[in-house]
Amino acid sequence: MTELSGFLRSDGRKGIRNRVAVAYLVECAHHVAREIAWPNRAEAHVIGFPGCFPNAYAQGMMERLCTHPNVGAVLLVSLGCESFNRFQLESVIRESGRPVETLVIQRSGGTAATIAKGQAWIAAQLEELASAERVPMDVSELVVGTVCGGSDGTSGISGNPAAGRAFDRLVEAGAACIFEETGELIGCEEIMATRAVTPELADILRASVAKAARYYSTLGYGSFAAGNADGGLTTIEEKSLGAYAKSGQSQISGLIKPGDIPPKGGLYLMDVVPDGEVRFGFPNISDNAEIVEMMASGAHMTLFVTGRGSVVGSALAPVIKIAANPEMYERLSADMDVNAGRIILGEASVDQVGQEIYDLVLEAAAGRQTCSEAMGHAEFILTYKSFEPIGPACLPA
Amino acid sequence: MSLTDRRLLLLSPDDNVLVVRAPIGAGEPILVEGLELPLNNAVSMGHKLARRAIRAGEPVVKYGAVIGTATTDIPQGAHVHTHNVRSNYTATHTLEEARAAYEIANEVGKT
Repeated sequence: MTELSGFLRSDGRKGIRNRVAVAYLVECAHHVAREIAWPNRAEAHVIGFPGCFPNAYAQGMMERLCTHPNVGAVLLVSLGCESFNRFQLESVIRESGRPVETLVIQRSGGTAATIAKGQAWIAAQLEELASAERVPMDVSELVVGTVCGGSDGTSGISGNPAAGRAFDRLVEAGAACIFEETGELIGCEEIMATRAVTPELADILRASVAKAARYYSTLGYGSFAAGNADGGLTTIEEKSLGAYAKSGQSQISGLIKPGDIPPKGGLYLMDVVPDGEVRFGFPNISDNAEIVEMMASGAHMTLFVTGRGSVVGSALAPVIKIAANPEMYERLSADMDVNAGRIILGEASVDQVGQEIYDLVLEAAAGRQTCSEAMGHAEFILTYKSFEPIGPACLPA
Repeated sequence: MSLTDRRLLLLSPDDNVLVVRAPIGAGEPILVEGLELPLNNAVSMGHKLARRAIRAGEPVVKYGAVIGTATTDIPQGAHVHTHNVRSNYTATHTLEEARAAYEIANEVGKT
């Protein structure tokens, strides 16, 4: 049994990593932030929001991400004239007990001077973080997300059900597990509703998928990429049924939206499709947008099932890459943590691969680097959205 | 249950499609429900073949659930994909036309 330990934060949550977040508050500050983090890029991860216009969702996401349990210190990088409310963000981080500093490029002497100041600040923080104390941590304190990307006809019969088995084990152990995305559950709404803990939640789950179907229908595209079709998937509902298998067999305890933190253990559906009129374009423009939302809801790590062969990782929280397709695994094995393609070849059962994933979750939580993490993947993307708050029937009593 | 090729996987008894679990070349014989049929075009892993004849307008069933509607009559053993199935929700986007045009323009794949 792997012994877990974590970094205790003031809100009681524990981190499995102790990263410095370098956050740009508008695209105009992105280059400076990247240069600041570069010499220490294994420990200092760049996150940020590119827009110059204010957005409540983005503000909330940045507040959640900068106070994520895996984050030990935060450097904010502002150009100076953007609309992002850096004052509020800095206050939220300070109140969480984390070291925080804001550098405003227009007031710090421009690019080179800001980079030098930022790099010096990061170096000082890393020295502090190196001696941070770890405290014992239980599996039940973990929050784990799951996404799939680059799905193909193998995903739904190997990697996704195996991830589902790992989820079942984690939920049984008291952890909080989050699956998504409602646009990739179109066609599964009735099957899914039967797993809700209350009839009210069943209605909420159905409504969330109906909202997604409406939203994507207005946009004219499903959550479906050309590569999905190359891999044998024909329709969004076929892709959905495969994706749905990631959720496992547990009862569904609640529905959350990006940034809502599960109040206790159990299985949660994340509703990622914006509320109201269709605005700002596609809900999640690529896989990392989903991982970012999982992190904003406290996910310590994300299980990522891929058939075509996604190579991404994530800033702040490790990604466990599960290969669904055995041919792809042969081509990209160095990028893959788990080979669920063995299920297709008849070399392993769904249960066996599920157990492997569960064991790897614990090892990654205990500090073992995942493939994408070791190779320096730290992708991040955050765009505009708008949500209404969730109602009381969405969460378990 | 009649005999079906080991390279084809039946996911649920209600399904009218089989999942390809190993690549099959064009012209290779395949066994579908006891019938030996020639495969017209090569199919790669994860694609689907018709378990029995599917009429235009009939639902296509995989995992025991409807994944779309047949747009043409599909013979038993034929490749079931975007050319003969449509979504009941949102249309599927592919790069097929763009790829075909590119391959013609650049004479890719010609020997």
